[in-house]
Amino acid sequence: MTEYETHDFDVIIVGAGGAGLRAAIEARSRGLRTALVCKSLLGKAHTVMAEGGVAAALGNVYAEDSWQVHFRDTMRGGKMLNNWRMAQLHAQEAPARVRELEDWGALFDRTKDGLILQRDFGGHRFARLAHIGDRTGLELIRTLQQKAVADGIEVFMELKVLRLLHDADGTVSGLVGYWRPSGEFVVFTAKAVVMATGGVGKSWMVTSNSWESTGDGHAMSLWAGADLIDMESVQFHPTGMVWPLSVRGILVTEGVRGDGGVLRNSEGKRFMFDYIPPMFAAETADSEDEADKWYDDHSAGRRPPELLPRDEVARSINSEVKAGRGSPHGGVFLDIATRRTAEDIRRRLPSMYHQFKELAGVDITAEAMEVGPTCHYIMGGVRVDADTEATTVPGLFAAGEVAGGMHGANRLGGNSLSDLLVFGRRAGIGAVEFASGRTGTVRVDEGQVSEAIEGAVAPFSNEGGENPYDIQHDLQATMQSLVGIIRTASELEEAMGRLEELEDRAKRISVGGDRRYNPGWNLTTDLPAMLTVSRCTTQGAINRKESRGGHTRDDFPKPVPEMGSVNFVQRIPGDGQGHDGVGGTPSILSITVQPEPIPVMPDDLKVLLEEAN
Amino acid sequence: MADESATGTQSGEVTMRLWRGDDTGGEFLDYEMPAQEGEVVLDVIHRVQATKAPDLACRWNCKAGKCGSCSAEINGRPALMCMTRMDTLPAGEPVTVAPMRTFPILRDLVTDVSYNYEVAKRIPPFNPRPKTIDEEKAGGYRMQQIDVERSQEFRKCIECYLCQDVCHVIRDHEENKTSYAGPRFFARSAELEMHPLDVNDRRELLQQEQGLGKCNITKCCTEVCPEHIKITDNAIIPLKERVVDASYDPVAWLGRKIRSRKKSTPAEASALSPATGPAAVQPPAPVHGIPAPHPHAVAVAVSATAPVAAPADDLDLTAYSAPTPTTAVEPPAATAPGEDAPAE
Repeated sequence: MTEYETHDFDVIIVGAGGAGLRAAIEARSRGLRTALVCKSLLGKAHTVMAEGGVAAALGNVYAEDSWQVHFRDTMRGGKMLNNWRMAQLHAQEAPARVRELEDWGALFDRTKDGLILQRDFGGHRFARLAHIGDRTGLELIRTLQQKAVADGIEVFMELKVLRLLHDADGTVSGLVGYWRPSGEFVVFTAKAVVMATGGVGKSWMVTSNSWESTGDGHAMSLWAGADLIDMESVQFHPTGMVWPLSVRGILVTEGVRGDGGVLRNSEGKRFMFDYIPPMFAAETADSEDEADKWYDDHSAGRRPPELLPRDEVARSINSEVKAGRGSPHGGVFLDIATRRTAEDIRRRLPSMYHQFKELAGVDITAEAMEVGPTCHYIMGGVRVDADTEATTVPGLFAAGEVAGGMHGANRLGGNSLSDLLVFGRRAGIGAVEFASGRTGTVRVDEGQVSEAIEGAVAPFSNEGGENPYDIQHDLQATMQSLVGIIRTASELEEAMGRLEELEDRAKRISVGGDRRYNPGWNLTTDLPAMLTVSRCTTQGAINRKESRGGHTRDDFPKPVPEMGSVNFVQRIPGDGQGHDGVGGTPSILSITVQPEPIPVMPDDLKVLLEEAN
Repeated sequence: MADESATGTQSGEVTMRLWRGDDTGGEFLDYEMPAQEGEVVLDVIHRVQATKAPDLACRWNCKAGKCGSCSAEINGRPALMCMTRMDTLPAGEPVTVAPMRTFPILRDLVTDVSYNYEVAKRIPPFNPRPKTIDEEKAGGYRMQQIDVERSQEFRKCIECYLCQDVCHVIRDHEENKTSYAGPRFFARSAELEMHPLDVNDRRELLQQEQGLGKCNITKCCTEVCPEHIKITDNAIIPLKERVVDASYDPVAWLGRKIRSRKKSTPAEASALSPATGPAAVQPPAPVHGIPAPHPHAVAVAVSATAPVAAPADDLDLTAYSAPTPTTAVEPPAATAPGEDAPAE
């Protein structure tokens, strides 16, 4: 039996992005022994990549904005698949969460009156995104990180969590993982665990996500008995860089469009006017003249079609490229150079300027950018109770991108940072209340610990097996080509078969060297989660025989009303025993899927949607 | 087999000369890789991992210059691997990549940067003034854009620690780490000192505990900053001036005695901390190596190395190059920050 160190806490938060940090701050402020565990160094989580802003109806720029309008925009953007209660809480609480950041030291850009400035973004009726140039995520994570340090929260950095541990009755009892620098194993006991592990984008080849986004929290929660919902709802951000190849997928903020940037095809045409869907026709400008008036005064015209929700814009770009009207490297042109002064561009979009200048040799104040869709965000995730973020597993909570429901079938830009703050805090409270009410000593099951550790070290004893990088590459190629932005039954079925083969191959991985900071080995411990979430997305996509939000079926191009009232729920019946997955995890073949009705919205909220139409 | 994901135009081979080893020693190893158009150093490192050395340790996250994880010394120059394009390096010559020299090596290109996290704990936190009645009504503080921009410059910092790596005071003097915060944290203190809302006073701490006087403003930190923050000109020099004002200026001293001070001491400030509940009353965990700020510390004369104008334009970063390639080298001393380490 491999030796391991042990730690005991009341609440453990897995993941130190915005949601994890906010949950930890909340739990600590309520006096519980709180630990934060993260796969990278503190302050490097994917939240730093968020650019454009955090959505909150502060009403600083347009006084007529309100939580009701934000709620309506969020539900419509999500194609009504959202958990209405989450969307309501989010819209109501986001302003307080943003102002609180300022009390902790954040320095947002200001209005002339000295209040927090807000910018326009796709799908938001009013200028609503509090921001700091185009580096809002960095400001958010640094503010929370510094607050967490000041509060004395214990942080375990560069510690990869392998598995949740549970009691005989299924209640969470802790987790097992390893220090990446030393490869030594660690077991934590905890009265409550908050999953805040972010997304899954690393399973696609063209993605804005970092290596960390391997779906660890989705998979670990599923293995522990939790439900996942809407896993087919993956957002492809319309504007990622496309050239050079090495930077393909890196995000270009929607703030470029919010600040006046427009999309053009190879003929120089602003093609988005050709793609305005009926649902948004009433509020979208139908001429360039009208659209251009709107930037300065929202009452002078309707909003430009470049600011339709992300799913619409991504599909439109895809269609233009397919029709042969793309840019030289397979994207379209995003032009802000002809629309704003060089000084304005550098001031409002400093990191975009910097990113294109240094990585692509393009001066965005003088030339158009080449952009195309990139895998960005998963709307689906762990099913939670809207008020407490409790999952279906006692003692397990989830917040941020790993949780499902809030964004429905498509997330509006800026709603992710506010989601982290609102539900990170609520998950912290939920975990504190559960932990405080829990009696008796929390003990870990040695059998579960050794199973996880043995599974993790097995590749060292395999001789001449598969290279983990080859498997990751083939997985990314499969998801990119078969489960991408436009899907169809035959390709999804083919993907199911390939994932099965990849699971078999992954069981035969061999790695060399030892466990100390060994990226090849680290990748083998990420692969079970990557395979699991890829299977969930593919399986969900097969079942959702319609097009809705981020999920587009070539063979079912329209939304189907009956499908708008169900979530596809995935779970592993029993405890996954009898299935032989990678590293001792349940096999991807044990995942089941079934439609279940979404919660019904009360009439007083339904009225809000109708009124605003 | 070359990675199929990168199908750029092939243009010959490139030699990647990478430091492999741990805290007991190591050497540079050469990896011949096909050159591909448009790549950055980190792309080639990833191809080495995928095809030749799966256990090559390298820290990275965003690959877009936003997270500050992939700091290293490329051809002797501290830089981010993700923001260094291959086509900016001399063609036909090996590309040498070594770990940051100022921090203990964990493995290969990965160093133990915990020193920085320990220093961060010792910076007295943000402590805002109360909101006015108007601000309570408006729902938030009022600040003008021009007033927030000074601190915003420092909040661009991505904590890559390249400025710490290149700083002479700790680069070759492990013993200084116990009494020196380094450029990153001078910028952090400057950010807080210039924050329109903050009421803490960090000047005595900066001088007495964080070694502000040891910086002799050679501007190496500014030179390597990937965010182009003017650390020396906009953070360190103004801090030095404020510290001098606090210590020497009899008028300012008298003024502080007579008027109630706008800024409070760290001890007073922490008592005013906005945090409530048990977290607020718990003192920060003691940090090995960096002494805790003394609440009753008084200002004393600034050190002899206080502001001295230094020319910036003759900076030669190649002077701080990595260990000589091709031979086995001694890695930097692997002692934890704060332990007694022999000075070179």
